[in-house]
Amino acid sequence: MNYFPDEVLEHVFDFITSHKDRNSVSLVCKSWYKIERYSRQRVFIGNCYSISPERLIARFPGLKSLTLKGKPHFADFNLVPHDWGGFVYPWIKALAKSRIGLEELRLKRMVVSDESLELLSKSFVNFKSLVLVSCEGFTTDGLAAIAANCRFIRELDLQENEVDDHRGHWLSCFPESCTSLISLNFACLRGEVNLGALERLVSRSPNLKSLRLNRAVPLDTLQKLLMLAPQLVDLGIGSYVHDPFSEAYNKLKIAIQRCKSIRSLSGFLEVAPHCMSAIYPICGNLTFLNLSYAPGLHGNKLMKLIQHCRKLQRLWILDCIGDKGLGVVALTCKELQELRVFPSDPFGAGNAAVTEEGLVLVSAGCPKLNSLLYFCQQMTNAALITVAKNCPNFIRFRLCILDPIKPDPVTNQPLDEGFGAIVQSCKGLKRLSLSGLLTDQVFLYIGMYAEQLKMLSIAFAANSDKGMLYVLNGCKKLRKLEIRDCPFGDAALLEDVGKYETMRSLWMSSCEVTLGGCKSVAEKMPSLNVEIINESEQMEFNLDDKQKVDKLYLYRTLVGHRKDAPEYVWIL
Amino acid sequence: MSPPLLGVEEEGQSRVSSPSVECISQNGLGIREWNYLGLSDFCSVDSSCVPDDNGNNLNLKATELRLGLPGSQSPERETEHCFLNSGKLDEKTLFPLLPSKDGICSSSQKSVVTGNKRGFSEVKGTIYTEKKWMGHGAVPDSQSLQPVSHGKYSVAQAYVKKDGPANVVQEQPCTSNGTKVNRTDISNNSSAPTAKAQVVGWPPIRSFRTKTLTTSSKNNDEVDGNPGPGTLFVKVSMDGAPYLRKVDLRMYSTYQELSSALEKMFSCFTLGQCGAHGTPGKEILSESKLKDLLHGLEYVLTYEDKDGDWMLVGDVPWEMFIETCRRLKIMKSADAIGLAPKAMDKSKKDC
Repeated sequence: MNYFPDEVLEHVFDFITSHKDRNSVSLVCKSWYKIERYSRQRVFIGNCYSISPERLIARFPGLKSLTLKGKPHFADFNLVPHDWGGFVYPWIKALAKSRIGLEELRLKRMVVSDESLELLSKSFVNFKSLVLVSCEGFTTDGLAAIAANCRFIRELDLQENEVDDHRGHWLSCFPESCTSLISLNFACLRGEVNLGALERLVSRSPNLKSLRLNRAVPLDTLQKLLMLAPQLVDLGIGSYVHDPFSEAYNKLKIAIQRCKSIRSLSGFLEVAPHCMSAIYPICGNLTFLNLSYAPGLHGNKLMKLIQHCRKLQRLWILDCIGDKGLGVVALTCKELQELRVFPSDPFGAGNAAVTEEGLVLVSAGCPKLNSLLYFCQQMTNAALITVAKNCPNFIRFRLCILDPIKPDPVTNQPLDEGFGAIVQSCKGLKRLSLSGLLTDQVFLYIGMYAEQLKMLSIAFAANSDKGMLYVLNGCKKLRKLEIRDCPFGDAALLEDVGKYETMRSLWMSSCEVTLGGCKSVAEKMPSLNVEIINESEQMEFNLDDKQKVDKLYLYRTLVGHRKDAPEYVWIL
Repeated sequence: MSPPLLGVEEEGQSRVSSPSVECISQNGLGIREWNYLGLSDFCSVDSSCVPDDNGNNLNLKATELRLGLPGSQSPERETEHCFLNSGKLDEKTLFPLLPSKDGICSSSQKSVVTGNKRGFSEVKGTIYTEKKWMGHGAVPDSQSLQPVSHGKYSVAQAYVKKDGPANVVQEQPCTSNGTKVNRTDISNNSSAPTAKAQVVGWPPIRSFRTKTLTTSSKNNDEVDGNPGPGTLFVKVSMDGAPYLRKVDLRMYSTYQELSSALEKMFSCFTLGQCGAHGTPGKEILSESKLKDLLHGLEYVLTYEDKDGDWMLVGDVPWEMFIETCRRLKIMKSADAIGLAPKAMDKSKKDC
């Protein structure tokens, strides 16, 4: 029943910003659905193949901001072949044809061609913000098109993309009239940039708050840029190599001291560790520090730097910090909420690395810790239990023991109890990644306790189908399940196929599911796309149902089979 | 001598018995662990009786350590518990990362041998496996006594197949405990024990990150092919010294620092020289005297660059020097004729 005029409801809906809430609002009744869809400006699509651009445009004519994700998560680790899919071009083409006034496009794990970037740049007059994360398929020519044509561009944020760098003058393509930049991040580009153009661009961008440079930007340019933009809030340093006795260094010190607003620091793609003292003056204000691309910074120099960062909330670091270094973090960073420790030498001898000790120290010293990504040499149940007690607020807990089936080295037991403690203690846990030696038991715990779990990543674990069944039965809010190298077969896969419709996607690779099993799912659930990826020559076109499937990726969709799948992907 | 010169302080060693860990285990968690969730009974009902494919939970026979002639198979273990009986055996020349219940036998005929004498790395791998079994057996009241059989779906499935067989055989990362579950193809048996097996997509790091870090490591250790990222070790020799040293050029950012470090390193040699050259027999040599010795009077610092030429240290900017220097040599100035006088002035200036 609706006693308010539409405008009032619309105004009320303006305050509802979360996607989930807006989705709920639209389900209340037809009239709310209608009001909601006309007033909706931001849409998030977690799987670009779950819906078509045409339907999106039809439902939300007022769309301004679109977020799209393409490839499955395991594509990050080379488990998905390159041309599997996730092309953004059809979306841009459809949006360009429509009357949608797109202003913001955020893409993750999609294939973006120069052609699409060019079309994007020319089709939307008010286009303001382009964020590309882990995408590929474009070159600096595409960036040049964006720079040249998007007159009101505010944000160009490239995070960890594979860009073919033509060393072109894309930076020079920003016209002189472009003064609206707020955020520019090109740290992932590997080639040279036109330094003069960069300086001029920064000098005419008074609103610039976020600037992340690539390796090709040397220190003296950095110094000039800082002098031009002391209002920066987020800085990514490219190259930080110089002689501490040089004039350039002195100038840099002065420039940095002027930047009182910097709260976020990253980069150091090349670093001379002896020159970190220039950074100290801004460390006290930092809330985010990302040194995960700076292997040159370690030992005492690193610790000294961290000791200055008392307000840190998020820290991304390499494991050469060591357990001792993490102890320093625990003592210094009492506000820490997120910690990511990446391996500096993942396939190496494991000399510079962290163990369970470091994690325990941080958990004891940083009670606000709620998000963790931790690559380590080893882990013990005792440590995990302690961490669970110290930090019951984990939302994200991703542990990667470099040896994927390593047991607790002290007791030689699987890590079931440790992870069990985590899920039991952290009632708000939404994302979990497991590693180490694990049996079905841990999945029993997960099914029992991880009520809020949305995403679960499993590798080299479990003994039988029961593991997977515990999870599918227990985790009611599960959205994404990705499994590799586990002994889950058809019995687990077929137990409750209806469940997959409540989830965004399921990935299973190197498991025990057979072609017949997958066919069965596809038959029973027409609302799912069941994709089989076969790269091995052995599988050929053998339609034997008993054949084990190499990679299975199934996802719910409203638009049936996709048309752009390559040959080796079978959609059942 | 001075530890910094040996490079990166290694902090990540696993010290299982270090104090901070002790305070964890002192909570008596060893026992509580099992009763942690009060589920011991529940678990034993539910899980430990789960028959696996072979109808038994513990295969004690599989835990026996056996030695045999290299290349001979251990017949009893081989087929009994082979989880995977698909025709994919041929692919498994790379043996599974997972210690299989059936020892490591699910791999192909030619490769896996369980309980037999073989290369160092393989032996270690097996012993680890079996220890694990025994570890299990040794915990009597454990509910989760399920054989940690990880299916035996061989991880080999995860290996890159396109490259053909017998290829991706770098071995798996070994932990500082030395626990390695690794396997080499027969042809690689002679490889060093520390070689690692690489599984596709493990560890789960974004390829962008791996590439970027590899690039920066390459830039760093191009010169000397050294272990960790961010280090640049070069050999330093000194005329008359009985042995050479190594320094990490990345620890310094100026010639001054490098020079002082080298002085400290080699002072033990010059002490002798001092006495011999008639410096009034003082036992304690002041640092300045040492400096004079190294800088002005006796020695010059030279380096061999990428082209193999011997150059005087100090001419080029530091960064360029780091990139081209292959090794260092502290030469007697007598030998550095033609360069020495100017060099001495210059280095005196740097002092």
